Order: sequence, then C-alpha cells, then structure tokens
Amino acid sequence: MSDKVLMKGNEALAESAIRAGCRFFFGYPITPQTELAAYMAKRMPKENGTYLQAESEIAAINMVYGASAAGARAMTSSSSPGISLKAEGISYLAGADLPSVIINVQRGGPGLGGIQPSQSDYWQATRATGHGDFHVIVLAPSTVQEMADYVYDAFDLADKYRTPVMVLADGMLGQMMEPLVLPERKTSLPEKPWAATGHRHQRAHNVVNSLHLQPEDLEVTNIERFERYEVIKATEQRAETYLTEDADIVLVAFGACARIARSAVSKARAEGIKAGLIRPITLWPFPVDTIERCVDTARAFLTVEMNMGQMVDDVRLAVNGRKPVEFFGRAGGIIPTPLETLARVEALAEKVGAAAPENVGGAN
Amino acid sequence: METIFERPHALSDPQFSYCPGCTHGIIHRLVAETLDELGIEGTTVGIAPVGCSVLAYDFFACDMVQAAHGRAPAVATGLKRVMPDNVVFAYQGDGDLASIGMAETVHAATRGEKITVIFVNNAIYGMTGGQMAPTSLPNQVTQTSPYGRDVNTAGFPIRVCELLSTLDGVALAQRVSVDSPKNVRAAKKAIKKAFEYQIEGVGYTIIEVVSTCPTNWGLSPTDALQWLRDNMLPYYPLGVYKDVKAEGFANIAEAASAKAACLAEGGAR
Repeated sequence: MSDKVLMKGNEALAESAIRAGCRFFFGYPITPQTELAAYMAKRMPKENGTYLQAESEIAAINMVYGASAAGARAMTSSSSPGISLKAEGISYLAGADLPSVIINVQRGGPGLGGIQPSQSDYWQATRATGHGDFHVIVLAPSTVQEMADYVYDAFDLADKYRTPVMVLADGMLGQMMEPLVLPERKTSLPEKPWAATGHRHQRAHNVVNSLHLQPEDLEVTNIERFERYEVIKATEQRAETYLTEDADIVLVAFGACARIARSAVSKARAEGIKAGLIRPITLWPFPVDTIERCVDTARAFLTVEMNMGQMVDDVRLAVNGRKPVEFFGRAGGIIPTPLETLARVEALAEKVGAAAPENVGGAN
Repeated sequence: METIFERPHALSDPQFSYCPGCTHGIIHRLVAETLDELGIEGTTVGIAPVGCSVLAYDFFACDMVQAAHGRAPAVATGLKRVMPDNVVFAYQGDGDLASIGMAETVHAATRGEKITVIFVNNAIYGMTGGQMAPTSLPNQVTQTSPYGRDVNTAGFPIRVCELLSTLDGVALAQRVSVDSPKNVRAAKKAIKKAFEYQIEGVGYTIIEVVSTCPTNWGLSPTDALQWLRDNMLPYYPLGVYKDVKAEGFANIAEAASAKAACLAEGGAR
C-alpha cells in the first residue's frame, strides 16, 4: 500500500490526472479549485509536462483544444463562473470530437455567487455546457478517493468516445482531505491517427474542425454523435446503491450530498423506515436503469441536492409519473445536514404510508 | 519544357472561396510558397480562423485546426506546447485578432509563444458583410458605422504591430502589403523570415498584411488597391516594428534581458 496517501480532493484530481497520462494542464485561478492548479504548477515540470496559467478561462479551454487536437491528454479545471466562460470552448471540443477533461469544483451561483460548495451547475453540466446539439459525459465523485478514480477514468472515456468529459465535484470535496490509494501510472496511451500532428507526407492532411456549412453535412455529424451517445447511454451508466432492494423511500443524491443522504438513510433505517439510496456516478448519461430497477418496489423518491432542485428533473423523467418524486435541497453554498434530510424522509414516509408503525401519527 | 512557375505544393486543389480581387489568395500563396521552400509542409499545423478565411483548412495541404473566433493564439499555444518541434501558424483577420481575440493575441505574444501569426488587416469585417472592425479607419463608412467611424463614440483604430512591438515576447512584428509586385516580394520575404524565426525558436512572430475588401468597400479590385494606398497605408505604415535578430539578439530572452539591464542602468543614474 505504498501509494496510500492523505491528500486534498483538488490535489488528488491533479495527481491522478498526471498518472492517467495528462501532461498538459491549462487553467486560471478561481476558488475553490486553486490547489489543483498549484499542484500542477509544482508537478508538471518534473513530469516533463506543461503547466500554463492562461490569461482567462476562455484561453485555457482553447489551449486544451489545441493540445487535444495535437493528440495529447489535456485538462483544464475551474469553478462555476469559470466554467460558464469555458462553455464556448467545450462546444467546440464536442463539435470537433476532441477528447479532453474538464474539472468543475462547483461553488454557489448564479453570478459571482459565493465560494462555498454547491451542486448548482448540474443543469449546465448535463444540459447546456455550450451551444448546439451535444452532451459531455459527467462523472460525480463523492470522496477524495473517487476524485482520483474518476479523473483517471475520465481520460479513458474521453479517448474512447472522442468527447469532452467533465468531472463535476464541489468545493467540499475539493477542499477536504482523506486517505486514498492513487492509481497506477498509465504506461501506454491510445493512438490518435486523426490528430493534427503534421502529416510528414505519410498520410492525407488531417483537419480538426467543427464547421459544416452545408446543413445536411452538419446534420450528419450530429446524428453520428448522437448514435455514439446511445452507445454511451447503454454502456456507461454508473450508479451506486445502498439498501435499495426493499426500500420504500429511495433517496437519490450525488457527490458530497450523497454522503449526507446515506447518513440519513441509516438513521431512517434505525427508526424502522425502509429507506435506501441511489447515488448517480454518471450524471450524463443519467443512470435511468438503476432508477428503473427501484420503481416497482419504491413508494416514493426523494432527491437531496445542494441546489434549488435540478437533478430532480432527471429522476422525474426516469420515474415517469409512476411514483411521487420529491426534492429537498439547500442552496447558496449551504450543505444539508443528515438530520434535516431525515426529517424530510420521515415526512415523506408518513405521506406515502411507509413510516414505521410507531412513527405514524407524529408519535415522534 | 522546364516548369518555372507552378502552384505551391502546400496549397490544396479546391477553388478559393474568396471574392474577386481580394488579396487573401495572394497571401495564401505566399504562405504556401514559404512552406514549400522551407520544406516544412509535413511538420506544419495551421490554424484557420473565423471569418473569410475560415475555410483555409481546405486550402492548405498541411494539417489544419479550425479555431473559435479570436481563440487561434490559445489553440496555437496548446498545439505548440505539445509539439515544440513542429511549425504552428495562425491565419487571422482583424476582427478575429484585434477585437474578440485581443486578449489571446496580447498574451500569446507576451509569453513569446513560438508561433507565426499571419494577420490580414482589411479594415472591415468581410464575411459577416462589412461591419466596422477595430481597424476600420476614422470616418470609414461600414454597415455598423453608416455615418462614418466617429472616433468620439467608436474610438480609434488599433495599430497592432505598434502595440505588439512593445512586448518582450515578440521576436518579429512587421507590416507588409500585397498591393504591388514589389510589395508582394517584400511580403514574401517577411513571411518567410517569420517562419524561419519560429523554426529557430526566436519567439513570437507576426506579419500584418494590409489587405483589401473590394466587395465590402464597394470598390473594383484596382480601385480597392488604390484606396488601400491612399487611406490605409498612411494610418498603417509598412515596416519592421520589431526584429530582435536585426537588433543583434538570438532570441526574445536575450533581447529582454539586455533591455532590462539597460533600464536598470538608466534607473541607477
């Protein structure tokens, strides 16, 4: 276990990216993700890589575009307001089918918002990371270990499907320290024959491009991309479940919030309420299959989020009116507590007749 | 029979999409001839901008990357950092380089990115149909300055070479034109020098080419060339604005440290 270390979440993201073969990092300082950039600045020169502090988030994402077009594993990271600035570049990355990894260590918004943890970029990440018809794969870690694991996977997924991949973390995960086992260093990386590396008169000239002036041509590229998305939906959905087999009340929560929800589930079980938890790991593709497996047995769903209710839309789409779906969340950078979450579970259990007998009628 | 004049190999076959009389075609040819002469077509990656030359990726036979409006210097930075031994050039218009991409331009130049920028300045937005550019001249009538560019409300045109020549990261900043055979030859020399500097790792190089837009200026190709001479060249004088090698330095780092030493000496007096 020589690689078991104690690290901040932001540092784990950085070290794991290096181990995944990322040698090009372009970023711009913003709280609460700055430790990632600082770590890269320290480590990249020693890895024969490039750390470059861009003049803006816009420049940083376009540097990723260039590095990725040259076939390298490249990454940028930011926090909520900075991700909005990167939206243009993310759309171009998707349009040009360029694999790349984008880290969002979320803070509260909109606007300048605050610097406390939030999950209020869920819609942006899963619906509108930029203009046009496209998706990015979104991975949501809930521990420092997963910060390392998911960024490592993100590079492979990006290359496999030639798409940008976002790791959607939050300020709590970025700033907290936990022990973790770092992944092995990659020893070989995929070939990228499409990259613009100079043809050396050995092949036709490569063009990395997202412009298709003929509508029919553009439609073809979008149809092709969405066919790939169907493959991603069928094969890459990931979720973790906890006590869902017999659950009457199924909580759905991701990221740091899932840890609070899990705590609330344990407390509810101790009270005799059959609660369970689904933790989506991929936010896009959303793990609809996992929801589907619980729809028949569950009496109701409750999403717990650090926002005004964003993922709840996806749960409602998956449940499709068959069971009630409620939302509990705190916004502005406030983290919901296990006890206030429990209170919502109790209330919902009572409403749908799933409360433990001694709790019925408000005996508590 | 001996062939003494042919299409540069670094130019692909498709027909240019440029308007008749526009000098993009000449400038493309000069870049392509340079790639041929330096034997670098196979190791060069070009960046096509947003604007009239957006289709440049079809016209050059080297590998090409299309960039978002104004972001070519950032994309070039990413490419060059991954492939320091390759040649990377960005081909940008005035709106692209001097308006939306000014931050990327100034910072890539400041960092001394070892790239070559071909900057085509025709004082107007061409592709979108003739709107005011950052380089549009005072009193110039465009679609978005219908009463002529009023410097009191729209500000002044940006002189890019003059501006960038103040930055330590710039190795070569030169303004040329392709309005006459003599100037075409001078432009070719400048473009070739810029690529040579890049290969030698001297620093950031930019060649501004004062160009025409007969369509949006509403002039015939020959009248457009005359308008360029009468109106643009007085505001955008041709010449070398910075050339660290001509100043006797091998690269930007040497030139910058000599400048710093000179300033320190001056400050001590």
